[in-house]
Amino acid sequence: MSTVVDVLPILILILGFQLFVLKKPIPQLRKVVIGSVYVVLGLAMFLLGLEKALFPIGNMMAEQLSNPEFLGIPEGQEVDWKDYYWIYLFAAMIGFSTTIAEPSLIAVAIKADEVSSGTISRWGLRLTVACGVSLALAVGTYRIITGTPIYLYIMTGYLVVIVQTLFAPKHMIPLAYDSGGVTTSTVTVPLVAALGLGLSATIPGRNPAVDGFGLIAFASVFPIITVLGYAQLTVIKKKIVTLKQKRDAI
Amino acid sequence: MDLLPIVIVVAFFQLAVIRQPLPDVGSVVFGGLLVAAGLLLFIEGLEMSLFPIGEAMANALAQKGSLFWLFTFAFLLGFSTTIAEPALIAITNEAGRISAEDDLLPNEPEVLRNYALGLRLTVAFSVGLAIVLGVVRILKGWPLHYIVIGGYVLVIGMTLISPDEIVGLAYDTGGVTTSTITVPLVTALGVGLAQAIKGRNPLLDGFGMIALASMAPIIFVMIYGFFWF
Repeated sequence: MSTVVDVLPILILILGFQLFVLKKPIPQLRKVVIGSVYVVLGLAMFLLGLEKALFPIGNMMAEQLSNPEFLGIPEGQEVDWKDYYWIYLFAAMIGFSTTIAEPSLIAVAIKADEVSSGTISRWGLRLTVACGVSLALAVGTYRIITGTPIYLYIMTGYLVVIVQTLFAPKHMIPLAYDSGGVTTSTVTVPLVAALGLGLSATIPGRNPAVDGFGLIAFASVFPIITVLGYAQLTVIKKKIVTLKQKRDAI
Repeated sequence: MDLLPIVIVVAFFQLAVIRQPLPDVGSVVFGGLLVAAGLLLFIEGLEMSLFPIGEAMANALAQKGSLFWLFTFAFLLGFSTTIAEPALIAITNEAGRISAEDDLLPNEPEVLRNYALGLRLTVAFSVGLAIVLGVVRILKGWPLHYIVIGGYVLVIGMTLISPDEIVGLAYDTGGVTTSTITVPLVTALGVGLAQAIKGRNPLLDGFGMIALASMAPIIFVMIYGFFWF
C-alpha cells in the first residue's frame, strides 16, 4: 500500500509533463509500463518480506545482544566499553549486510557502472559503501556505550571528508557524496534504529531519545570517507604501477 | 546473492552467540524468499522503466530549452516524492508527540497537527529546492564540493545556534528524504541532463543530486525550529 502512495505523485508528475508540457508520447510505452509494474510489485514484495522476516529477527537480536544478562553487566557498576565486543561486531556485520541489500544503492551502483563504462564496478561501489556503513555502526555503538557527545564525531567525520575532497580525484567526489545519502534507506534505517534504541535503553545512564538516534547520521558520513578513500587508493596504486614501469623501462 | 550477507550474519549470531532457536522459522523463510524475489523484480523494472523514463524526461526538457519547465519539473519531482513519503509522515508525527510530552509544545491536537504538517512541508520544499539547485549546478557546471562543503559548514554553524530540540530531528529528516523510487529517478535525471548538455561529464556532473537532497532538509528544518521554539 505504501509503495503505491510512494509512486502515485511521481506517476502524476511524469504523465502531466508528458501530456501537457512536452506533448510527446512516452517512448516504448509498453516496456515502461511493464517495468513500472515490476518496480512497484518488487518493492511491495521486498517490504512485505522485510516486515515478515528481517525486522523481527533484527529487533530480537538487537534486544538479546544488548540484554544485561547476556552481556553480564554486574549491577550498579560502571560499564567498561571493552565488554561489549559482540555488539560492535554485530553492528558492523549488520551494517555491512543490510547495505549490500539496499535497493537505492543498487540503483546508484548500476548507473555509476554504466556511466563510467565499467571502471566503477557495481560490486566495487557496493562493497566500499558497505564497509563504510559497517565502520560507522561500530563507531556509533561505541559512542552510545561510552556516551560521548555525537557532534564531536560527526564534525570530525565531515572534517575528514573536507580534507579528502581536496585531494581525491575530482570525478569521484559527486558519487561519493551521493553514497552517503543512499545508505540510509529502506533496509538499514529500521534495523539500525532498533539497535540504537535497544542499546541505549539497556546501558545504564543512556537516554534513548538522545542516544538512540544518531546511528543513522553516522551511517551517512562514513561511506563518503570510504568511497573517497577507495578512489585515492586507486590513484596511488596507478602511480606506483607507472613508477615501476618507468623504472623497468630504464 | 544480494541477501547472502544478511543470512550469514543472522545464522552466525543465532548459532554461535545467542544460541536460541529462531521463532517461527516458516514465516522467516517465506519472508526471505519474498525479499529476494522482490529485489530481483525491482532491479529488472528499474532498467526497463525508471532509468529510461528519467533520462528521456531529462533529454526532452533539455531539448525544449525552457528553463521554467525544467526547474518546475525538478522542484515538483523533489517536492511531490517527499511530501508523500511514509517515513517522513511517521517521523513528523512522532516529533510532534515527543515535543508535547516534553512540554515544548502545548498538548493540543490542533497545534501538533500544524507542527507536523509544517515540518513535512518544510522538508518537501527543501528537497524540491535542492533538486532545482542540482539542476542549476549541472547547467552551470559548478563543482559539487564547494556547494556541499559550504552547506555543511552552514549546518555546523546552525547546529551551534539552533534550539537543541530540533537538531536531532533535523539530522534525521536529512536521511529519510531519499526513498527507493526517488533515488533512481533523480539519478537518471542528473545523468540524463549531464549527457544532454554539451561539455558536461555524466560522472562528474550527473551525480550529486542525492547529496544535495539529503543536506537541504537539515538546514531548513533548523530554520523551522526557530519559529517554534
